[in-house]
Amino acid sequence: MELAVVSGKGGTGKSSVTAAFATAGERIVVADCDVDAANLYLLFNPEHDTEQVYIGGYTAVVDHALCTVCGICESYCRFDAITEVDGKIMISETSCDGCFFCSRICPMDAITMVRSDRSRMYSGSFRNGKMVYGRLAPGEENSGKLVSLVREEAKRVATAQGMSTILLDGPPGIGCPVISTVTGVDRIIIVTEPTMSGLEDMKRVHEVARKFTGDVGIIINKYDLNEAMADRIEGWCVAQGSALLGRLPYDRRVTEAMISGKSVTEMFPEAEISIILNEIWNKMTTNGKE
Amino acid sequence: MKIAVASGKGGTGKTFVATNLFNVLSHRGDNVTLTDCDAEAPNDLLFFRTRIVSVTEVTHQVPVINKDACTWCGRCSQWCNYNAIFYVPNAKVIEVIESLCHGCGACSFACNDEAITEKPVTLGTVTSCRTDKNYPLIEARLRVNEMSPVRIIKAAIKESGDDGVVILDAPPGTSCPFIQTVDKADYVVLVTEPTPFGLSDLRQSVETLKEMRKEPAVIINRSDIGDRGVADYLEKEKIPLLAEIRYDPAIARAYSEGRLVTDEIPELASLFEELADKIIDGYGTGSSKR
Repeated sequence: MELAVVSGKGGTGKSSVTAAFATAGERIVVADCDVDAANLYLLFNPEHDTEQVYIGGYTAVVDHALCTVCGICESYCRFDAITEVDGKIMISETSCDGCFFCSRICPMDAITMVRSDRSRMYSGSFRNGKMVYGRLAPGEENSGKLVSLVREEAKRVATAQGMSTILLDGPPGIGCPVISTVTGVDRIIIVTEPTMSGLEDMKRVHEVARKFTGDVGIIINKYDLNEAMADRIEGWCVAQGSALLGRLPYDRRVTEAMISGKSVTEMFPEAEISIILNEIWNKMTTNGKE
Repeated sequence: MKIAVASGKGGTGKTFVATNLFNVLSHRGDNVTLTDCDAEAPNDLLFFRTRIVSVTEVTHQVPVINKDACTWCGRCSQWCNYNAIFYVPNAKVIEVIESLCHGCGACSFACNDEAITEKPVTLGTVTSCRTDKNYPLIEARLRVNEMSPVRIIKAAIKESGDDGVVILDAPPGTSCPFIQTVDKADYVVLVTEPTPFGLSDLRQSVETLKEMRKEPAVIINRSDIGDRGVADYLEKEKIPLLAEIRYDPAIARAYSEGRLVTDEIPELASLFEELADKIIDGYGTGSSKR
């Protein structure tokens, strides 16, 4: 079974919830799909078995010795990546989409496409199973593809180890890395917070999630910051036919545990939040086995 | 001048800082615009009473293939770098997979038989508003189930113009949407929290900005919840610390209900005014100029 934890809004507690689930019981494979802000490794300190180079997207590069500044590339580029500056063709790395169009139509063959090889994917062991995570090199694009690669590796590891559960810690938002994270998973868990932003962003990611599976559950983190808003979120979930998995209280010990490199359930098993998290996980995994 | 308010980690308080900065600047009559570039999870509008001035659809051109004119040469599919043209000549199958298309236009150029025309597909919207005090607020919003917010962010920044101070509320992470936003900024403010997750993502953002030759300054939000890691890192890297904002349930409460603390708590209003001055002065000295 593959479960993905997402949120829409960032910073609602996805990784802390994932960490609690990953240390709750059975040995599992956990995959950090938030490849441009990967954090779970800080709690799990995994020992790497393998490190793989991830070849990222392409960027166009001009050879000024060959370029005659005819401007054809500039006129066809639809990403506004090419401009003529002081009689020279300049290609903006940040705007280039890597489509190859300019390199194909350049009459002087002055444009080549280069790929970055600085991103990495790691696979290894942590105290309660196996862990896979990607680290996108600074400024790298194409994170959706790296997410797919992380998920493939997690599946391979799970099969090889005979582990039946894969837990994915997703990125915030609703765009390409999120879609890569939730495509084809068995269950999606949305972690939200009782704020207007939390509610609005949850609605958007919920719409994406429901396109992929009917099995979407919601956790309201820090519900006691605004109970009226938590009720509103719960009401919305029920109306949509998605289950409310639980409400978690705000507890500074989550941060304390993080600083010690542990999940809150490991460090403070007696805390109310830990008891609720364990209950949610047990309920979810027993349901999954029925 | 354009000020980007960004962060690697989500939920550290970008929107909180951007909306309150905009609020104090508009209160004192500065020429200021707020642009919400977090197109996957836009929330700035929740904090203001606004009227809509215009809504512009952001589209890209995707190919439409006329099978009757197609000679099954396969050039379009070869030129497409996104595998968006599904082509099986023996079975006389050629289909455009719109969700994979990036709208680069290479296929229609490649086609020698005039079999490809194009149609616009909406990726999202740019909404231009005015607050009740008549200040411009612009929102980039990705359509649910679309992959990439980059074109919408670009369009929203363009719409913001170059007059006075433009505050860009950036998306989280360090990949394409973040890069697209900070690329246009004269000054980048990173909002972080003093936790191991906050530090790890701050590092990633700083390194990404370094590649773009930009020197950010930092705000530590909820400065009393975690450890010394972020402060030590800033000192070591000589990154300016603009402000520390302590955790306050009153802030969390106001935020959760879509209210602005600078309207309610005088100490925070003066903190944000000082912050605005520091940023504008910092820019004036050229220390963080592009």
